Amino acid sequence: MSEFVPKIMAFYCSNCATSAAKVSHGMSKTMPSNVHMVHVPCTGRIETLHLLKPFEEGADGVYVAGCQHDSCQYIGGIAKAEKRVLQVKKILEQLGIDPGRVEVFSLSAAMGYRFVDIAWEMTEKIRRMGPASLSVNS
Amino acid sequence: MIVAEAKPISEILTMVKGLKKVLVLGCKGCVTVCNVGGAKEAGILASSIRIAGRKEGSIVEVGEHTLERQCDPEYIDEVKDLVPLYDAVVSIACGVGPQFLSERYPESRIFPGVNTKFMGGAVAHGIWSERCAGCGSCVIHYFGGLCPIARCSKSLMNGPCGGSSHGKCEISKDVDCIWDMIVRKAMDQGRMQDLLEFRPPKSWTTARDGGPRRMIREELVK
Repeated sequence: MSEFVPKIMAFYCSNCATSAAKVSHGMSKTMPSNVHMVHVPCTGRIETLHLLKPFEEGADGVYVAGCQHDSCQYIGGIAKAEKRVLQVKKILEQLGIDPGRVEVFSLSAAMGYRFVDIAWEMTEKIRRMGPASLSVNS
Repeated sequence: MIVAEAKPISEILTMVKGLKKVLVLGCKGCVTVCNVGGAKEAGILASSIRIAGRKEGSIVEVGEHTLERQCDPEYIDEVKDLVPLYDAVVSIACGVGPQFLSERYPESRIFPGVNTKFMGGAVAHGIWSERCAGCGSCVIHYFGGLCPIARCSKSLMNGPCGGSSHGKCEISKDVDCIWDMIVRKAMDQGRMQDLLEFRPPKSWTTARDGGPRRMIREELVK
């Protein structure tokens, strides 16, 4: 039986997280191929529905990578994203789905290693949880 | 505005259990303003129901639509071709919406998706507070523009009770004693005498105690 590879959707902002991604590229750190990256201008623009839709479409996990609280170019983008992630956690909990399947991370532009590590950590965490079994074809 | 809060998803899932096609119907009125029943929230609830359906292995078809208002027949008519396509409608308008839908579409099953709370306003982002009890004959001009009926825990009309302490009501430190506010405002304006004026008891015949209310304005009736 083949090992379960979770489908993960990651939203990352065009400022700190993108810079971190570039740094990681320079370090030749490899992102896991199961993480689908969605680039957004600011994590504050991510709506609750943006985080729920991937689950509806068969994702096993979702996470947001944004700036640190004191370095958001738009002042409070990551704080807004955190609140929405919290709301989605509550919704997942009510649906009987592990709220740990959605997370939010803050990182600075220099944290190239961390950017890649987050992707691997989420992959491993969701792999241990197993499939969300929400696939349209399931 | 009419302030409402979302029902627990589990409660809504119990209502729609076993159904294959569900329509989530939002309202662009008060419930959009208080972020509980607009197009955005209709999308979130519809998505949640779909996820729940998939989790149980029963793919549920969930439609979404948002009306201009659910408290006017002309807007309720707008979904006359849509409603019959579904096994049930979850209305996320205030309590008026699902009732207008139930009356207009007697063959359909209509469920409420929110709990209607009160008439009030947003005192800060994400915080709403009651301001009006809809008694039918407003008397706030006697009380410095503040309503003791809606905002006093006992709806006292003649001054604070013994539970008023440091401007707060005894029921909670988060609840202002409205009589403290009324008296302070009267003192600040030098109008304390207004509060001492004799007034006959308020007539409650216009309030909910008289049964369901109805209002007719002849100049508008067609």
